[in-house]
Amino acid sequence: MGRKNWLILLGTAVFICIFPVLVMKIKAISHYVDVMIFAGIFTLVSIGLSLLMGYAGQISLAQAAFFGIGAYTSGILTTRFGLNPWAAMPAGMVLCGLVAWIVGVPALRLKGHYLAMATLGFGVIVNIFLAEQVNLTGGPSGLTDIPAMRIAGFKISSEIAWYYLVWGIVFCALIFCLQMLHSRVGRALRAIHEEEKAAESMGVPTARYKVQVFVVGAMLAAIGGSLYAHYVTCINPSSFNLMWSIRFMLMVMVGGMHSLWGALAGTVLMTFVGNEWLQMFAEFEILVYGSILLAVALFLPGGIVSVVPMIAERRRKRSSTIEDAVS
Amino acid sequence: MVAIGYNAIYSVTEIINFAQGEFVMLGGLFAVFFAGTLHLPLYAAFLCAVILTGCVGFAMDRFIIERARDKSVLSLIVITLALSIMLKGSAMLWWGKDPYSLPAFSPGGPIRIAGAAIQLQALWILGICALIIIGLTLFFRKSIYGQAMLACANNANAARLAGIPVGHMVLLSFVLSAIIGAAAGVLITPVSMMDYDRGALLGLKGFGAAALGGLGQFFGALAAGLLLGLAESFCAGYLSSGYKDAVALFLLLLVLFLKPEGLFGSREAARLKKY
Amino acid sequence: MTMAAPRSDAPILRIEGLEMRFGGVAALQGIDYEVPGGIIQALIGPNGAGKTTLFNCISGVLEPSNGIISFEGRRIEGLAPHKIAKYGVSRTFQHVALFKMMTVLENVMLARHPRTRCGFLAAGFRLPGMRSEEARIREKALEYLDLVGLTELAGLDAGTLPLGKQKILEIGRALATEPRLILLDEPAGGLNMRETEELGDLIQQIKNLGVTVLLVEHDMNLIMDISDRIMVLNYGEVLASGTPAEIKENSAVIEAYLGVENGASVISRKRPEGESGY
Repeated sequence: MGRKNWLILLGTAVFICIFPVLVMKIKAISHYVDVMIFAGIFTLVSIGLSLLMGYAGQISLAQAAFFGIGAYTSGILTTRFGLNPWAAMPAGMVLCGLVAWIVGVPALRLKGHYLAMATLGFGVIVNIFLAEQVNLTGGPSGLTDIPAMRIAGFKISSEIAWYYLVWGIVFCALIFCLQMLHSRVGRALRAIHEEEKAAESMGVPTARYKVQVFVVGAMLAAIGGSLYAHYVTCINPSSFNLMWSIRFMLMVMVGGMHSLWGALAGTVLMTFVGNEWLQMFAEFEILVYGSILLAVALFLPGGIVSVVPMIAERRRKRSSTIEDAVS
Repeated sequence: MVAIGYNAIYSVTEIINFAQGEFVMLGGLFAVFFAGTLHLPLYAAFLCAVILTGCVGFAMDRFIIERARDKSVLSLIVITLALSIMLKGSAMLWWGKDPYSLPAFSPGGPIRIAGAAIQLQALWILGICALIIIGLTLFFRKSIYGQAMLACANNANAARLAGIPVGHMVLLSFVLSAIIGAAAGVLITPVSMMDYDRGALLGLKGFGAAALGGLGQFFGALAAGLLLGLAESFCAGYLSSGYKDAVALFLLLLVLFLKPEGLFGSREAARLKKY
Repeated sequence: MTMAAPRSDAPILRIEGLEMRFGGVAALQGIDYEVPGGIIQALIGPNGAGKTTLFNCISGVLEPSNGIISFEGRRIEGLAPHKIAKYGVSRTFQHVALFKMMTVLENVMLARHPRTRCGFLAAGFRLPGMRSEEARIREKALEYLDLVGLTELAGLDAGTLPLGKQKILEIGRALATEPRLILLDEPAGGLNMRETEELGDLIQQIKNLGVTVLLVEHDMNLIMDISDRIMVLNYGEVLASGTPAEIKENSAVIEAYLGVENGASVISRKRPEGESGY
């Protein structure tokens, strides 16, 4: 998948591995591990969105809905039917995949604003459903007492264990997606984003690919949802509403939607902003998110990740003009 | 009426303004402010609220949308979305999370027509809505400003070459839609209260009406709005109140999926549009 | 490299009663035509005559209002473009629809899509079949780059190429889908004389590989020099068709193009003395 990506992967992996060790020593920030667990879970959702937005060039305001479907499926199957969490997760993935496919086929025929509205509408409908079906989902108060996950008999209950579990899964997902992008499929996606008609004329079934990416994104969000459900052990519909879909979009855009690393960086950053640094400004939260989103969209559409190449580019331009001037 | 607001902007710019719902919300809440806090008489409060929201629309276009004119569709969507949540956030800070109400425009209970009870407020809503539609239709068909705006929608570059100040037209369309949205907000606050959060849902339903009626078709918006309202009330009898909201959204999805040009739009025109 | 065995005498492309209406405007009004396999078929006509519309109908971008298009005996009108590409029809675009942010090589590699198979799962899990397929894709793409003479530019971003090279790249990309019919939409637009000459050579080369070429162009010299047959379109109808020599003399064509006075000199313009033809 390219040496650069393997290097970044390795570097990030090393950092992630030693992060808890570094942080647990300092009392004041030892809860950062908890924040990072959430960041990891959200990363699963935002990677999916990044594939859809940054590569296939489509927009979706429904990721929170898929996150929610995954979470509730896991929650319901494990609490009411006593299913093993590791069996409930794939069930959630399959359900999300199915729903994504059913909604995606008609929706992805639309473009731009219409697609945004359609996904937005779908997301809200799902949220309403979760809040209304009291018998199934526990209504507005949601589900509680979701059992913990176990690996080979060991209950995963400590923060550290969760941390490594979540990030382990995140890295697997990252590797899968990176390999997918550096292949025939990835090229096709990028082609669809740039010149859809030309891609179609070169034999790329654009409609089918768009739906497939949508489904993949939904399934990744489902994994995130399952993990979320088992980690926080009680869930309610307010964690899966429109604001959350917008939050996920913000995470992807801030980091840089044209790269998976951007999605990762943006998610980690925004999770810290949301869980940590905005705690005192809870009322301003919506306003702050809106302003950041606006600023990014207006001034830095490539996200944080694009800053590095921009600086390099500017440095190169500056030095070349000096040379020209001298010679 | 929200739908008409969408139409106004869409007609000129092919942008769908996600903040439209927030204009409604602002209209309602501003009116509450003017009437409740400042104790202005109702019609004055109505006017002030509408004008103030119009200014918000003005500012929105002048300072933000104008900068973003050449960005990708994705960026535009994100921008109007961001604006909508900023408006919502600001409203929350200013007014808090409680819902507010306005007294009805004309006192008295509902009148009975053919066994059904119709709230007087509803008549006000319909009446003003009809006025607005007639006004807008005349504006777009007859006045030179209106025609200019339509020209911009068709082909902005050609319009520029013909000397039409496209920027001003867009500004005008934003102000118009803000005013209309605000009017809607003021009109329904007496009926069903207003709080900072109502904007999004109203906006979505309004979009549903706009899409159902065919974007760009004002009468279609009216018909669709009525249709949606009826469908919602009808289903409220059978489903729980939460699901009532879902009805309009469900219809929105159906329209988008099956007949994106809406009931009154034309198929060919739809094909030429960039969806 | 061979791409196609020249087929039997049956026409490779048959168009019957093709109509295309946009609202009240009829861009194409009843086209009947047959293109024999293995030739360079030119399509000329004044602006607005319907040439690109015809291309769009053949390649699947548009669904005709009426009529039948058959490619190698198989009906293709109204099919999705990617299916038509799979059947063996490829094209270039008037405005050079390259994937500007992908490299030159990647552009051509993309065109191998219809001839390859690996999907999401195989790619994500990097299954062994996928790896060997990737290697083959790369190899083939380099072959096509070599064919059009752009090998040294393989690693550059397609958007950084000058227009002449971009047009050549687009043709190379279209060839990589292994078509038996290729539609070139104004490939000489914006090219200077030398580049147009090279283009002409390339198109001849394509024909020698057994690919039928359908060519829309305004450059009369190019058309007259390399085409085997010419179809003239005007107001959405076939005005005339025949060999270059026949078309040159056709008064209706001359009149349609530039009016009676000047048309004749345009159509039959000779190259300036001292320059050789193809």
